[in-house]
Amino acid sequence: MDVLDSQLPALAIHGLVKDVGPLPSLDGRMLRVVSDISLKAHAGQVTALLGANGAGKTTTIECAQGLQKRSGGTISLLGHDPARAGADLRARVGVMLQDGGLPPSARPLPLLRHIAGMYRNPWPVDDLVSRLGINDFSQGTVRRLSGGQKQRLALAAALLGRPEVLFLDEPSAGLDPQSRQLVFDFIVELRDQGMAIVLTTHLMDDAQRLADYVYIIDAGRNVAEGTVAELLQRDLRRDSTQQHIRTLFVEGPEKLDMGAVLSGDLHVVESRPGSYSITGSLTPADLAALTAWWAEKDIMPTSLRLEARSLEDVFLDISAKEAS
Amino acid sequence: MSALTIKPGAASSLPRRILLQGKYEATTMITNGEQLILAIVLPLLALIGLTVTPILDDMGASRINIAVPGVLALCAMSTAFTGQGIATGFDRRYGVLRFLSTTPLGRTGLIAGKILAVLAVLVLQVVVVAAVAFPLGWRPDGGAWPSAVVLLILGAAAFTALGLLVAGTVRPEATLAITNLMWILLGALGGIVIPSERLPLALESFVQFLPSGALGGALRDAFLTGTFNGAYALTLLLWTILAGAAAIRWFKWN
Repeated sequence: MDVLDSQLPALAIHGLVKDVGPLPSLDGRMLRVVSDISLKAHAGQVTALLGANGAGKTTTIECAQGLQKRSGGTISLLGHDPARAGADLRARVGVMLQDGGLPPSARPLPLLRHIAGMYRNPWPVDDLVSRLGINDFSQGTVRRLSGGQKQRLALAAALLGRPEVLFLDEPSAGLDPQSRQLVFDFIVELRDQGMAIVLTTHLMDDAQRLADYVYIIDAGRNVAEGTVAELLQRDLRRDSTQQHIRTLFVEGPEKLDMGAVLSGDLHVVESRPGSYSITGSLTPADLAALTAWWAEKDIMPTSLRLEARSLEDVFLDISAKEAS
Repeated sequence: MSALTIKPGAASSLPRRILLQGKYEATTMITNGEQLILAIVLPLLALIGLTVTPILDDMGASRINIAVPGVLALCAMSTAFTGQGIATGFDRRYGVLRFLSTTPLGRTGLIAGKILAVLAVLVLQVVVVAAVAFPLGWRPDGGAWPSAVVLLILGAAAFTALGLLVAGTVRPEATLAITNLMWILLGALGGIVIPSERLPLALESFVQFLPSGALGGALRDAFLTGTFNGAYALTLLLWTILAGAAAIRWFKWN
């Protein structure tokens, strides 16, 4: 792959439209589940589609995988139209479906060996199995696996063809904390090796931890995009009344009247007795005033934590604006 | 890490993919207890039932010679219609069909693999039924086998198309109910193991147009007299085309 090639996106979706139906519940009319979604995913990057359930994320990536026929727009997957994908294009693309798509009566190892046979040069099953910790549960049937075990097996199945593009639909669904760490570390490793990874999630934390570039999807259209840092910054700048929004969490004695020493535009809430959040354009002067007041009153907080806005705040803001 | 080096993973050849899928599905079918009962145990019970009772008496041939062709037809219906229908219905529910269609196997390879698996299990059924029938005195017409093989393939094709049509259009629980009920109804009254002449007059002419009656009748003609019944073969072909076209049109992958 030369330099020019590597600049072409592995996946490019432009103006995607998807109608489903006709639906009896709509008097036989079609329902537009995706009205205008565009995105690009590059090799060596994790691209996240972030949105609430029903926003159109799964529909979008299923159109990109060739599982659903699009109603409009263009999709280029490794330079080909996925709607007319042949076996050789499918061999270069790995898919982990939201529901796993593994037969409940199958045993993990024979199933992986079977799927590996579909590729001329598969990833060695033994290596994948040890990396994803599948050995621990390879004896039972798929039916008896926990949610996290099923997800790890589904990820292994998606990787058997050493794909150039990997689709992960809600990869952290059902994962216990250990599985989650293992799977996330593996995803980062695959990205660093040059894989283009496209994932959908409704969890801000997933996007914040994994994504190099995020598309926020709502009601079947793009509403925002950027790196996680850009999204956090951009929205701060856009709304001048919310400059440098931060939240200071304080644990300490009950019923402190901290609002009295802070500037008026800060929002102080005692959510539980002794547990406060101070939100707004916190300045160093605010912090100095606060600590000086504690020193004067001999108050020692048990916990202090300062947080910038999270992606979740951005997402909630955008969703609220869309709704209004 | 050499295993992590990402290379374009070209697909295995189409014949190899189909062969692998056929082998995998056939293995799954014959290691599943319920499928084995349907594919082997029930047809053998039908064979024994028909040879120890006088249902098939006075038809110009021995009980066993009339019973075996019908039991072979029943085997094709068990595996291709009920067995494959139920398996496909649940695979559809669990997203297995969608996942496999994203691998190099694809939808075409998946369906070809299923047909191959049905034929492989059918070969096994024929061997088991023949192994039981010969000691019981079965004496098939010497020239019957080429016709019988063609007819069994045609019958399996018609029943596979019907099974996939049901599995692809209704919920798996409904597929389970429909294909089991049809197996019982067609098995008892569809002209498959009991020749249409032995059925009530109202059914006699009707069942010849059913895939069950056509396959049962055609196999009896082949094994009893060594003739190839073209009308029955055409009936099976028509069912394959109609059900296949309907399955292509209405099969829902998710």
